[in-house]
Formats: sequence, C-alpha cells, structure tokens
Amino acid sequence: MSSQTGQPALSDGEPLDVNDPRLSRFDIVREGARRDDIEIVHYEPQVVAGTKAERRLVRTVAAFFLLTGLAATAFLVIYIWWPWEYEPGRGGDKFYTPLLGVTLGIALLAVGFGILTWGKKLLPKEVSIQDRHEGAVPAEDRRITGETMAYMAEELGVKRRPLLGVSLLAGLLPVGAVAAAPLVGGLISDPHKDNQMMTTGFAPRDGQKIRLVREDGRPIRPADISAGGQITVFPGVEHGVSNRYADSPTLLIHLREEDAEASRRNNEREGHGGYMWGNYAAYSKICTHAGCPASLYEQQTNRLLCPCHQSQFLITDNAKPIFGPASRRLPQLPIEVDAEGYFVATSDYTEPVGPDFWERP
Amino acid sequence: MKRRKFDVAAVPGNTARAVDDRFQVATPLRRLLNKVFPDHWSFLLGEIALFSFIVLLLTGVFLTFFFEPTMTEVIYNGSYAPLRGTPMSAAYASTLDISFDVRGGLIMRQMHHWSALLFMAAIVVHMLRVFFTGAFRKPRETNWIIGSLLFWVGFLAGFTGYSLPDDGLSGTGLRIASAIMLSIPVIGSWVTAAVFDGEFPGTIIISRFYIAHVLLVPGLLVALISAHLGLVFKQKHTQWPGPGRTNGNVVGERMFPRYAIKQGGFFMVVFGVIALMGGLFQINPVWLFGPYEAWVVSAASQPDWYVMFLDGSTRLMPDWEINIPIGDGYVIPPLFWPTVVLPGILVGISLLYPFMEARHLKDYRSHNLLQRPRDVPFRTGLGVMAITFFLILTLTGANDVIADKFHISLNAMTWAGRIGLLLLPPLAYYVTYRICLGLQQHDREVLAHGVETGIIRRLPDGRFVEVHQPLSAGKEHGELEYVGWVVPKKMNRLGALGPAIRGFFYPIEKPAEAPVSPGHPPVEPRPDREEITSGENRP
Repeated sequence: MSSQTGQPALSDGEPLDVNDPRLSRFDIVREGARRDDIEIVHYEPQVVAGTKAERRLVRTVAAFFLLTGLAATAFLVIYIWWPWEYEPGRGGDKFYTPLLGVTLGIALLAVGFGILTWGKKLLPKEVSIQDRHEGAVPAEDRRITGETMAYMAEELGVKRRPLLGVSLLAGLLPVGAVAAAPLVGGLISDPHKDNQMMTTGFAPRDGQKIRLVREDGRPIRPADISAGGQITVFPGVEHGVSNRYADSPTLLIHLREEDAEASRRNNEREGHGGYMWGNYAAYSKICTHAGCPASLYEQQTNRLLCPCHQSQFLITDNAKPIFGPASRRLPQLPIEVDAEGYFVATSDYTEPVGPDFWERP
Repeated sequence: MKRRKFDVAAVPGNTARAVDDRFQVATPLRRLLNKVFPDHWSFLLGEIALFSFIVLLLTGVFLTFFFEPTMTEVIYNGSYAPLRGTPMSAAYASTLDISFDVRGGLIMRQMHHWSALLFMAAIVVHMLRVFFTGAFRKPRETNWIIGSLLFWVGFLAGFTGYSLPDDGLSGTGLRIASAIMLSIPVIGSWVTAAVFDGEFPGTIIISRFYIAHVLLVPGLLVALISAHLGLVFKQKHTQWPGPGRTNGNVVGERMFPRYAIKQGGFFMVVFGVIALMGGLFQINPVWLFGPYEAWVVSAASQPDWYVMFLDGSTRLMPDWEINIPIGDGYVIPPLFWPTVVLPGILVGISLLYPFMEARHLKDYRSHNLLQRPRDVPFRTGLGVMAITFFLILTLTGANDVIADKFHISLNAMTWAGRIGLLLLPPLAYYVTYRICLGLQQHDREVLAHGVETGIIRRLPDGRFVEVHQPLSAGKEHGELEYVGWVVPKKMNRLGALGPAIRGFFYPIEKPAEAPVSPGHPPVEPRPDREEITSGENRP
C-alpha cells in the first residue's frame, strides 16, 4: 500500500518500539498515527526530488512569494505617497482606493496561491483512514455516569426534604426577575406619553395655528404652487424640518379644477368636508404601510406611489390605497389660509399618521 | 566560570521537553496533528464564511477607531464639497470622514461591507450544500441548528451595521424596521418605544445599534462559530461514499501539514478577493444618499441582498388588514405577516427540518456518509422549492428596478410575483423530483449496460447499434451495485483518453498514468478496450 519504506515488518497489534534505531522518521509518524487509530494507506510523493518538474514548481512558488513582496511594497508606496485627499473633479485621489485594493489583493492572492501550490503540488499525496469511534462510549460507561449523577441528586436529598427545593425555587425566581428588571425598566418607555403617536408638529400651540413651511422654513402662499403641482411642507415650528418631527412631512397638492371637485365630493362623503382649501389638499407623506415617504406623485392619474413597497394612493378619493400592501388611507391635514395669506393647518391630523399599530383607534 | 557551549540544534527539543513537562501536551498534540479530514471542494464553502468573518473583525476594529456613534447634529465641514455646510448626525459625518478624510478609510469600509455580503452568501451556499447532501442528519442536528442561527444572527449583524452610517438609504431601512416592530399585535408600540426610546427616530438608536453591532452580536457570532467548529471537530466531518469509505471511518488527509497548508492558502485567497472587491467595486456610497431625512427617499432603494427577500414578501402581501371590534377596536396591519410571521415560520422550519425528516423517514440512525442530491428526490425537491421561493421574493425586492429597466408595468410585476410565489415552488419541486429520478435511472442504466462509447457499429442485418463499454468484467448485465457515488459516464473517465501532457511550451514530465483520485471508484480500463475502438473486428 504505502509506497514509502517497506522494511521493519510492522506487525499488527503490538505497538512498535519507537526507539528502534532502524526505524525511519516516517515509520515513527505512521506508528503515531496508528496509535490514534489512523492508517496511512497511501503516501506518495508527487514530484521526484531533483527533477525538472520539482525545480519548476519551486520556481513557481518562489515567484508567487516574491510577487507578494512586490505588491505589498507597491501598496505601501501608494499608501504613503499617492495623492489621496479628496478633490472634486478628476483628481488622482479617484485611483487611490482602487490602487490600494489591487496591490493588497495581488499581495494576498499571490501568497495564497504560493502556499496552495506548495501544499497541493510539492507535498506528498496521502490517503489516511481514521476510525470514527462513534458510539464508542461503552454502555457500561453510560451507566456509570448516569448512576453517579443520580447518586449526586439523591445525596442532595431534595426528594426527602422537599422544603429545600421549594424554598430554593421561591428564592431564585425573584433573583431572575432582578436580573431582568434593570434592562426592562431602563428600556421601557410609554409609547403614548403626551399622546405622541396621535399628534404631529401641526397640533396648534397656545391656540395658534401652525403654518405650513417649506424645507428652508419659508411659509407658503397659494400662488406658490401651480395647478397640478405639489410640494413637501413641514410644520412651521422650531426644528419642524428636522427628524424630530419625522411624522410631520406633508404633501401639499394643488389639484386641477375637475380633480379638486371630485376630491371635495369624496371628502364630504368621509366627513372630511372643509379639509381642503380651495383646490388645495394636504396629505401626510408618511406611508401608512411601513413609514417610508410616499413621494412619487403621478400628476396624470393623481396617484401617489410609495417607492419602498409600491403602495399606491388615490389622492382624489381621500388618498385611499388602491394597489399594493397598504391598507389604510393617508391621513388628511385640514388646511386654510391665515390673515396674512399663508397656509396654516386648521388643526392637527385627525387620524394617527404613519405605520399602523395594534391599538390604533 | 566555565561557559557552556550553546547547542542551537538542541533548542527545539529542549523547548518541547520543557513545555511538555509543564502542560503534558505531547499526546493530545499528536492526536490533533494526526486528525483526518475528508476532502471535497464543497466542504470549503463554510470556510469562506469563517474567513470573511475574520476579515470582518479586522476591518471592523479599524472602523471603530474613527466612527462616532451618536445622533448629535453637526454641520459637516469635511473634504466632500457637495455636502459641506449640511446639518447631519455625527454618525453620518464620521462615516463621510472615514470615506474621505481618513487615509485608506474608504477601502476598509468597502472591504468591511463586501466581506459582510460574502459572509452571508457563504453561509447560505454552505447551508445548501449541507442540506442537499443530507449532512444535517443525526448526529449533526445540533450543528445544523447552530448554522441556521448563524444566518439569522448574521442577518442581525448586517442590519445593525448597515444602519449605523445614518444615511438616507439606511435611515429608510430603519424606518421600515420600526414599522415592522410597530405591527406586532398587542406589544408593538411598546417594543418600538423601548427600542427607539420613544417615537421614531429618537436620538439614541444609533448608539444602541452600535453597541449591538460591535459587541453583543459579534460576541454571539463568535460563540456560535466556536461551537459550530468545535462540533465539526468532535463529530468529525462527513464524507462522500467511495471505496474504503464507511459510516464508521474517515478517509482523507491528516490535518498537518497538507490540509492545514491548503486552509491557510485558501484564507489568503479569500482575503485577497475581498481586498480586490473592496478596492475596485464601489459599495454603499453613502455620500451620494445624503443624511437621513424623514421625507426624502428615492426610487430603487434596495437593501443588502440577504434582506431583499423580506422586502419582496412585504411588496407581495395583499392589503389584508384584520380588525378586531373590541372596545375602540384593534388592528393587525398587513405588514405583520410578511415581516414577522414569515421569518418566524422560516426560522422554525429550518431549525426543525432535521427532526421532521427523520420522523418522516423513520430513520433514527447516525449517518456519516453523504447522499447525492439525486438519490433523495423529495429532499432535493424541497430544497429547490425553497430556493425558488427565496429567489422570487428576492427578485420582487427589486421589482421596481426590473419594471423600470424592462419597461414592464409595476403592478404587473407585483401580480406576477404573487402568482409566481404560489405556483412556481411546487412546480420546481415536481421538475426537480423528475430530474432526480431521471439521473438515478441513467446511473443504473450505465451500471447495467456500460458507458456509451460513441462508436456506431453496423450489424450484418444492416442495423446500426452503439457499442457500450460495460463497467464490470462479468458476463451478466446489472451486476454492479449503485453505491451512492459518481458513476463514470464518459470513456475518458475510464482511461480511454491518454493523459494530458503538462507544460506550457514543452513537456515538463513524462506523461503520467491516468490519475485516479481516491474519491473515484477503482475503475480499471478493460484490457480489451482496443478491440472496441476497432468495432468491425468483433463478431
């Protein structure tokens, strides 16, 4: 079987005397394997020492390692001296990261291929067989361990002295709760504090109605939006345009005459008469499905599409969902124009804004 | 004082003796060095996951030196001109700094992201290998469970990491995650308020995700990976059937030196590929997305690939809202089913599958030999069914992009996904089952009648027949048993083709005998094979 060494007769069964001077190192290796129940059944050099083939392989591996050195040096040189600071336009910095990647990649790949070639081509091929020793734990051992554990349990005597068990349990339960308490107690936060799930930045403050403002904070006059147009508006309060009022962004739409009429009619049907001002309607931009901004407004069909999961809302019919996974219409913001001619919210939204939840009324 | 001569050659021996005197490692070390591993290319898929994880740890530590995990609002004043003067969170600003103002920071960020994607991909492919070959069967159910958990913990690691930069895209993902938590019946709003400390987005979520991403989740991953590898080591690797291979042994190479060297080389190759990807392929260019603002989103917002199936299932879900008319009324939103219930079911099925199959087959024995997918058609069918299900959902996760690029109606894409999700998986099961049976039949046929030689012989009565090369020397057909391993089906597998001469410009060695790898059945070329090539000489 083994192509290496045939001498000292390796008798099966009795272990070899590893101090026998006649043994080669491989004999000892094989004896070690045998003691671990491994039989090396096939061990065969892939290249003959001193041949052209061997020299060639050695050259290949060496070339890989040298390439690594070269690429790694190139990486360092580029890392240190290449202009890396960002400048707009076509600076040399555009090539900084790609060059680092290429040099580092080549360095690592070359050392990898070098090692692989060394291991796969230069080292002898072998087939060894090892016993799995599965189910090797004798039934007797199982029994002994089982009995030992049962004995331990018996010694504790919980069966004979039940009070110990009961009192331990009663004592430990609260300890478990103690471990959980700081985490739960620290993290818990009332979701309905200040009625926060039902209110937005448009809730009137001190009887003052809140203006609708643009991204830059400027208020909006009706004339600012042409028919068929729409803009995103925010509550005109401090930080109204920031993520602190993540539920407040609203779409203010100037509907065309016939769409506005249909819209008003449908509004009245739902008891939302007076929510529009003239031909203007304002709907929450936060999708009632998963909370993405439903921001793709299709002027021709008056549909609002949410780009995250493609729910579509029909603006002219109370923004009710007509396609996709959303099941609830976008809440409508009642609007009017104040004495100075700017849009204000008549009141806050009358339905909760954003994704649905269990206790939504 | 007389100075003793220092014997360099004795140093290793003396050191080894000194170590062994103290720790008694000689015997266990020998066992370790001698441990036999079976070899097959498909056993390396899991290693890719392990190696990517190491790269993740290395690059991740680098990133923590520069990342600032807070949502404090700052005005950006770094090198990237288009965003200068923009108010943004410190997390986003420091991510921009890593990309533009830290030397070599961008490649580290990109390598980190790519290795995360590779990590998840390798886990999935490895899992498929284990599934299709039946490697999860007793005694390895525990390791299958750990592996499945690794996918979901990896998912968590990916999502928390992806959310950290607080850019426009990841913020939208976080918004959806908050909506998913909100959709859980009864406790939804409490869970969301606990995680975000109030309403979305709050001011603390990035800090919480940060500690989860750099400590809690990686800690869990390290623990699970260690247990996974420990069990592979303890239970020994499975192997393909083949000559000399039984359920009670392992046939392969000893761990040292060749096997270990190949592993080391492979790690370097994986690392090198990640470095190339990190340098050459842009990933998650957060500076293009801008800071997260609740009202900004663009079309074609896709998450990382392993999250896309959930995005897809969410898109396909019809608008079925359940109203419970008690008191003020309660709601179960449609979002709950595809994002909480579906993953829950998937986790449950994947964890329990080994036990369900054992129960179904009433097979409670230990199996250390792998099965070829064709030999267990129902399992292979189920696997392909699951892949089809996953692929449809993943494609649907990008259905807006597909609709846009191919000028298909978006609504049509959604409906195609809905119908396809119901029809295609069972169809895939049926087709796979039939293909498996066909392959099985062909194996039996070759074993019974031999390999097709491509030689057409004309019989005296004018008929043409193809000559077959029987695989056994026996006279009677069908005496070879199928043993669950590759059946040679081409003449060159039988040595009919001369071995290739190696060397680029000139031969570097004498043409060797046809190499027969130990994994292949010991098929010897028949002595009378010359006779076949000259077909007409035969009676």
